[in-house]
Amino acid sequence: MKEVVILSGKGGTGKTSITGAFAVLAGQQAIIADCDVDAANMHLLLAPDFAEKSDFYSGELAVIDSNKCTQCGICAYKCRFGAFSLSNGTYVLDPLSCEGCGYCQITCPEGAISLVPRKAGQVFVSTTKVGSTMVHAKLDIGAENSGKLVAKVKNSAQELAKLKHKELVVVDGSPGIGCPVVSSLAGASYVVLVTEPTVSGLHDLERIAGVIQKFRIPMGCIINKFDINPEMSNQISHFISSNGIDYLASIPFDPSFTKAMAEAKTIVETQSPAKLIIEEVWATLTKKLIN
Amino acid sequence: MTSKSPLKIAIASGKGGTGKTLLSTNLAAYLSQFEPTLLVDLDVEEPNDALFINAPLLSTANQHKMIPVWNEQECILCGKCARVCKFHAVVQLGRTISVFNQLCHSCYACSELCPTNALPIQTHKMGETRFFEKGNLSFIESRLVVGEEQAVPLINKTHSIAQQKYNHIKTHLLDCPPGTSCPVVAATKDTHYVILVTEPTPFGLNDLALAVETMRQLGKDFGVVINREGHGNSSVKEYCQREQIPVIASIPFQREIAELYSTGQLVYSTIPAVRQALEQIALVIKEKGAKR
Amino acid sequence: MKIAFTAVGTTWDSQIDSRFGRTEFIVILNEETQQLEVIDNSAVKNEAHGAGTATAQKMYELKPDVLITGNGPGDTAATALKNLNMKIFVDAHNLTLEQAYNSYKNGSLKQL
Repeated sequence: MKEVVILSGKGGTGKTSITGAFAVLAGQQAIIADCDVDAANMHLLLAPDFAEKSDFYSGELAVIDSNKCTQCGICAYKCRFGAFSLSNGTYVLDPLSCEGCGYCQITCPEGAISLVPRKAGQVFVSTTKVGSTMVHAKLDIGAENSGKLVAKVKNSAQELAKLKHKELVVVDGSPGIGCPVVSSLAGASYVVLVTEPTVSGLHDLERIAGVIQKFRIPMGCIINKFDINPEMSNQISHFISSNGIDYLASIPFDPSFTKAMAEAKTIVETQSPAKLIIEEVWATLTKKLIN
Repeated sequence: MTSKSPLKIAIASGKGGTGKTLLSTNLAAYLSQFEPTLLVDLDVEEPNDALFINAPLLSTANQHKMIPVWNEQECILCGKCARVCKFHAVVQLGRTISVFNQLCHSCYACSELCPTNALPIQTHKMGETRFFEKGNLSFIESRLVVGEEQAVPLINKTHSIAQQKYNHIKTHLLDCPPGTSCPVVAATKDTHYVILVTEPTPFGLNDLALAVETMRQLGKDFGVVINREGHGNSSVKEYCQREQIPVIASIPFQREIAELYSTGQLVYSTIPAVRQALEQIALVIKEKGAKR
Repeated sequence: MKIAFTAVGTTWDSQIDSRFGRTEFIVILNEETQQLEVIDNSAVKNEAHGAGTATAQKMYELKPDVLITGNGPGDTAATALKNLNMKIFVDAHNLTLEQAYNSYKNGSLKQL
């Protein structure tokens, strides 16, 4: 089984639109995983049915037993995150500030504090409009995107791929360069970077490529909207070739992307110049991966 | 909060790439024509504002977080530190205690519970803050060291720098990280008004709704700016109407904006429609300041 | 020699788990006795934080001479393992333990 992860560093480059297009092209050959759990969007393109859902827990959260609490204030004094405050004579905990370190539990002389698993979101296993299985998730507001939810989505997708004898897992990766991205990279066979020819696009591409190189995962790059700034596109091409990154394609600025999105379609379900390019990239990728 | 303290406006969005940087940088430059303005780039994982704010660098300061450092001489290898660390940042490997800085949440539990004080707390570089100045515009950005995984401590630190060093500037604009998870909660903390930037597409709407839910849960006063208006459909406008969320300005979709932006230029002085949108936003900011 | 594999299953035909920290199982081959020992790593796999260092701690306790894995540990766990005098071989993606072992024997695996 091979896994291709689509990443972008910065948002708005068209990563999800392109991943969605790959998912449609792959059809039932692949399992789809939406690891962009912070702002999951792929469900808007692939019309999953949300058939199975389960709660997701990550890390822990302190809970005060008010019957045992003597208001001594040691917890508030020890907590480095300012999670405890005195309200109407009793200590209350702000769950958004608590990091679940458990120091309060250890130091509470009354044993009034316990740690409970923290609900952080929901995970869904769905069937998409093309009949493939998709694993996706929704993070609760303010919950920490620790990478564990991403790992969970990926693991479920990989298990399903094994179970259903699928050769491919297509992963919409997380933005940024932090922990969730690292989690979305784990186990990847190939990374597709989607960038755009803007100063910030190149800047973020350099940072994300640096992270991937650490994991020694082969990668290729798509320059989306390349004609917005041909000179910057050249700079990006230069960066790609001098860093051992495969050049995959340049896609012109194409309003069909937004038009397709507004109709809940992927670009390959429309007639557009971008469609042909993406089909070609997908053919190259599958040849690279399944051999 | 006294009326003398700065008015803090957060610029946020549920998803990346909606034009948060475009709006933050242009709004800051625009406002600074009339009065001193501070722009703070809190998107510490991917700070980009500096690419557009063409201001000379004044100084750089390293930012530290507090982490335990093993003192082998004092250690009796009881293993308590590794047991209490919920984050596996302190690990006992035989006769060695290893501390993994990027996993450490600075809770101090291992250090303070150590029976022999063998894990004193020291500073560890997590990122740096750069200070820029150009006329009436002050600009600071913080950048996480590659490999550091926690944005929140650096965001909090940058907040307090802005508070302490720039208390004399009346308007603070905070460019927040995208998303709805803990970095955004940290970035919008103590701000007086939040501008949510979105685009008129199904992706934009989906993420706007998540951001709205977050802001409501945090009890924030907020309004929406629609970027690339005319590009997608009217679902965002309808949503705002239904939810009674003020749309404070719209920036039309123009290829020229995208082209100028791609070269790292500010667009407000050349594109009238952007200037108009900024004027509207400035009025709202003024109103929020007066009401406070 | 004791050789550790990160594995998705518990047998000699199981695939290498590309992940280090969040590997499903650690399988240890004792070359002298040809015995396999299996360690379930699922508890660590479900940790929110520090799966890499937690697995490194486990590796320390198991004390293999050689570790064969996929992507290889991240910077954090690699630093931890450096203290252990363990030879680490990576890029054994999509191989069974047996194939990975043979590749290691004929020197075609990349050493970290």
